[in-house]
Amino acid sequence: MSGVASAPVLDVDEVSVSFGGRSILDHVSFAVHRGEFTGLIGSNGAGKTTLLRSILGLQRLEEGEIRVEGEPLSRHRHALGYVPQKVLLDPDIPLRARDFVALGLNANRYGFSRRTPAQRDRVEQILRDVDAERFADSRVGSLSGGEQQRVLIAHALVSEPTLLLLDEPLANLDPRSVQEIVALLHSVAKEHHVAVLLSAHEMNALLPVMDRIVYITNGRAASGTTEEVVRSDVLSALYGHHVDVLKLHGRVLVVAEPGQDDAEIPEHPTLTVN
Amino acid sequence: MRYLFEPGFFSSGPVHVAVTVGAVSALVSAFVGVFTVMRGQSFAGHALTDVATTGGSGAFFFNFSPLLGFLGAGVLGAGAMDLVGVERLRGRDIATGVVLGFATGLAALFLYLDATKNATTGVSQQILFGSIFTLNSSTIPLVVGMSVITLGVLALIYRPLLLSSISPDLAGARGIRVRLVGVLFMLTLAVAVGLSSIAIGSVLSTALLIGPAATALRVTKNLRAALVVAPILGVVATWLGVVLAYDSFYWFPSSQGLPVSFFIVTLIFLGYLVSGLPALRRRTSSPVATAPAREFKGVPV
Repeated sequence: MSGVASAPVLDVDEVSVSFGGRSILDHVSFAVHRGEFTGLIGSNGAGKTTLLRSILGLQRLEEGEIRVEGEPLSRHRHALGYVPQKVLLDPDIPLRARDFVALGLNANRYGFSRRTPAQRDRVEQILRDVDAERFADSRVGSLSGGEQQRVLIAHALVSEPTLLLLDEPLANLDPRSVQEIVALLHSVAKEHHVAVLLSAHEMNALLPVMDRIVYITNGRAASGTTEEVVRSDVLSALYGHHVDVLKLHGRVLVVAEPGQDDAEIPEHPTLTVN
Repeated sequence: MRYLFEPGFFSSGPVHVAVTVGAVSALVSAFVGVFTVMRGQSFAGHALTDVATTGGSGAFFFNFSPLLGFLGAGVLGAGAMDLVGVERLRGRDIATGVVLGFATGLAALFLYLDATKNATTGVSQQILFGSIFTLNSSTIPLVVGMSVITLGVLALIYRPLLLSSISPDLAGARGIRVRLVGVLFMLTLAVAVGLSSIAIGSVLSTALLIGPAATALRVTKNLRAALVVAPILGVVATWLGVVLAYDSFYWFPSSQGLPVSFFIVTLIFLGYLVSGLPALRRRTSSPVATAPAREFKGVPV
């Protein structure tokens, strides 16, 4: 790979966030590159959503910096595609899936503009890529959870971002849809050469496809490959108390000893294994 | 056709004014109404009509143009609702209700004072239910001007507005100023309400805002189609209402016509009912027929 390709699309650098007097993120650092599939894994309350919001510029940083394509976010907003967690798609909204995806092309543009043939082709292409053609003419609100997720992904992808952020896209999906969406996102990362960062509270569905993992607990994070991070010694240092990592039938289980209080974290620098 | 248009209809001055003001306000109401219904802000729209009542009745009392009263109060009300309220749905409802309560109380005061001041109860009828045939043709330039501006603003913001109506999160992440777009929309809503208040009265202007829009959203598949159908329904109902009200002068021996607003609102309501018939027939004849498409493939999605 050339030197240019190794420059990260997203660079999170010693980011700390706190509000209400509580520290939510504590010197979190990691980087994501084009074509990489990165899982942000942590339980509820670990700081995943705050981290994603910080990346999106919706949350002020106490310390540290977040760079997109080497520069502050404001200069590269168009490089971000975002799939938020709970998008209430009301059945009454008069928007077909196709129209909603097309909206991703120019939603932030004011005034009138006709859709060009090139734009129309782009929409069709994206719908094909996410396998959403068969319901492209249905109202977005009448789609199932998995179908809506595809449409949301298409909406985020249509403007050709270099970084795709997804906030818990697999929650509330049935197991089959989880598999399908994970496979879709993996192919998006590889074939569209996009950096994919998604958050989840369970890593098992992602193990086959994750290139890198950012494991976050209580606002502290360790990042690297799954072999490097999902280990008893690394996670124990992260949690601040001993945890065992069990691997069975290709799945992972992280178990703490009974009676452990996760809130007691001794002072440790951020663990960036790579 | 001779039976539809009673003598003197096409040459009547008040009819010209009614037809013009009615059509313009129906047009604006329909466009704004489609977005209102889509954003789930029908309640806010209705609350603004009550605020407009305050403006109209106050205008009468303080002796200035009711149109300015309706418009001014609507704009102030929209601003107040934005200040008091919050982006979250429940906060918005509460804020709306609070403003509505106060405005209606003021309206009651003004209408009472109007009645005692003018020794006539005709003012209430005019403000609440409109009297389109007594409008002065001098209101037309202002009505048309405000409409053009309002539709222009709507055309300008409709895409960011659409996305922030679907998902404020998504819109915010795209760099859209969700709050600004929301406030601008509330202002277009205030103007739409003000204009239709002058035509069919503040109490009934909700019908012109919500009715054609809701009907259009029911029968069309996408937004563009809804934005074509809704204004057509609104204008047709308005014009037909004017015709019927004019004709009604000739129906009764005492030569007293029925109010235009009543006809317009009834026609809108009938339109909405009729648009619901196909769905009703489908539901009662074959209970299984409405199964969603995803079950055809035999695969859970």
